[in-house]
Amino acid sequence: MTNSTNTGEQGSNRVKRGLAEMLKGGVIMDVVTPDQARIAEDAGAVAVMALERVPADIRSQGGVARMSDPDLIEAIRAEVSIPVMAKARIGHFVEAQVLQSLNVDYIDESEVLSPADYVNHIDKWGFNVPFVCGATNLGEALRRINEGAAMIRSKGEAGTGDVSEATKHIRKIKSEIAQLTSMSKDELYVAAKELQAPYELVAEIAESGKLPVVLFTAGGVATPADAAMMMQLGADGVFVGSGIFKSGSPEKRAAAVVKATTFYDDPAVITEVSRGLGEAMVGINVSDLAAPHRLAERGW
Amino acid sequence: MAGSGSPKVGVLALQGDFREHAAVLRSLGADVTLVRRPEELEAVDGLVIPGGESSVMDKLSRAFGLAEPLKEAIGAGLPVYGTCAGLIMLADSIVDGIRGQQSLGGLDVAVRRNAFGSQGDSFETDLDIPALGGHPLHAVFIRAPIVESVGARATSLAALTDGRVVAVEQGNLLGTSFHPEVTGDTRFHEYFLDKVRAA
Repeated sequence: MTNSTNTGEQGSNRVKRGLAEMLKGGVIMDVVTPDQARIAEDAGAVAVMALERVPADIRSQGGVARMSDPDLIEAIRAEVSIPVMAKARIGHFVEAQVLQSLNVDYIDESEVLSPADYVNHIDKWGFNVPFVCGATNLGEALRRINEGAAMIRSKGEAGTGDVSEATKHIRKIKSEIAQLTSMSKDELYVAAKELQAPYELVAEIAESGKLPVVLFTAGGVATPADAAMMMQLGADGVFVGSGIFKSGSPEKRAAAVVKATTFYDDPAVITEVSRGLGEAMVGINVSDLAAPHRLAERGW
Repeated sequence: MAGSGSPKVGVLALQGDFREHAAVLRSLGADVTLVRRPEELEAVDGLVIPGGESSVMDKLSRAFGLAEPLKEAIGAGLPVYGTCAGLIMLADSIVDGIRGQQSLGGLDVAVRRNAFGSQGDSFETDLDIPALGGHPLHAVFIRAPIVESVGARATSLAALTDGRVVAVEQGNLLGTSFHPEVTGDTRFHEYFLDKVRAA
């Protein structure tokens, strides 16, 4: 992997996965304007996700959701100096090419947007810019890593403010990893078949007990306690989408979620930062959503 | 400390790749503590400030009353090694910080945050580091800072082929733009542990 000389090598696996390593223990916030990006940076976000509509609005307004306008992404990049991520539709490799040419720091191949391909995801190895992809279980995570994803986020159910799906997905991924570590070598072949994932990756995880890339969690995180729970369940960090800027006092809530993510195991801190945050986003119970409106089911 | 068993080393654990540093230090025989509070800082003989987002570490260290004890400890000679964001935290002066960003200081250098551009410009390369001896060190630069100017009290340990300084030392302080904690080359951590043992 390391054939570089003093001229330097860009876009290597280590460099792409490395940025996600540096984001660990942090909060990545969805923003739709440069002003929101500024608020996120001031509150202690490790990165922002630049998009035109937060998932809650995509949900309520309906229609096809696509990559954001390059002008918006550039305006947000100009406003902040922390990393800027942006979303491409599942399978839409040309949107990804555009995002790479805009010099975004990470591309999220996201189920929050309308899929562009119901069979294939983007071949992510061909890009210098790293990708993060969603997963609801270990097999899905490994298929994305096999396609070149440098970071995984458990999907949850975006735009709901209901953390139950995020809980389900991070627990699922963690427990499937734990199961692999207790299997004997001959059982891993069948495990790979059942996970619909490459044997080499399955064997690597059985040995190491963790994904070869960073695992964040996403989808429905709305409070400091939600973020801390995801961390206690083993997430490396947290994405907060609609939860901050759909709430009563975004500045305060954003800073509180950041603090709760760092001190995720300290109930005294979580209690303190949870005081007086005003209205949380109203939210939708995932159980009230008809199946076609569940975003987590997009991606395969 | 000399010869008295495992050195007690803290890793600042507010945000970033602190677990990678902790793993390297443990593999070298250090007794490692994660540091998020002033009382945890008091118990260590050396500290590593990891890679991550420097503006976030700055905010959290001030919000939780850790910044002042850190500055005092650095002033009193605590050995501290900062990688990437950690180098920024140790710099007396930050170029291109976010609005209101502060550093702990200690290293007589000016460091430019994000000096290479966006993630697409991140890279890995080999560096000659005479202070470590032996073969070149494989270095990973991720949205990395550079040392824009080295003051009289600090010494450059390594530079890119274009002359830009990426590793510095000043007494018990050590800073690198790159991340030895992710490559498996432990020479920088060993070099730092020697400082801790000698302190």
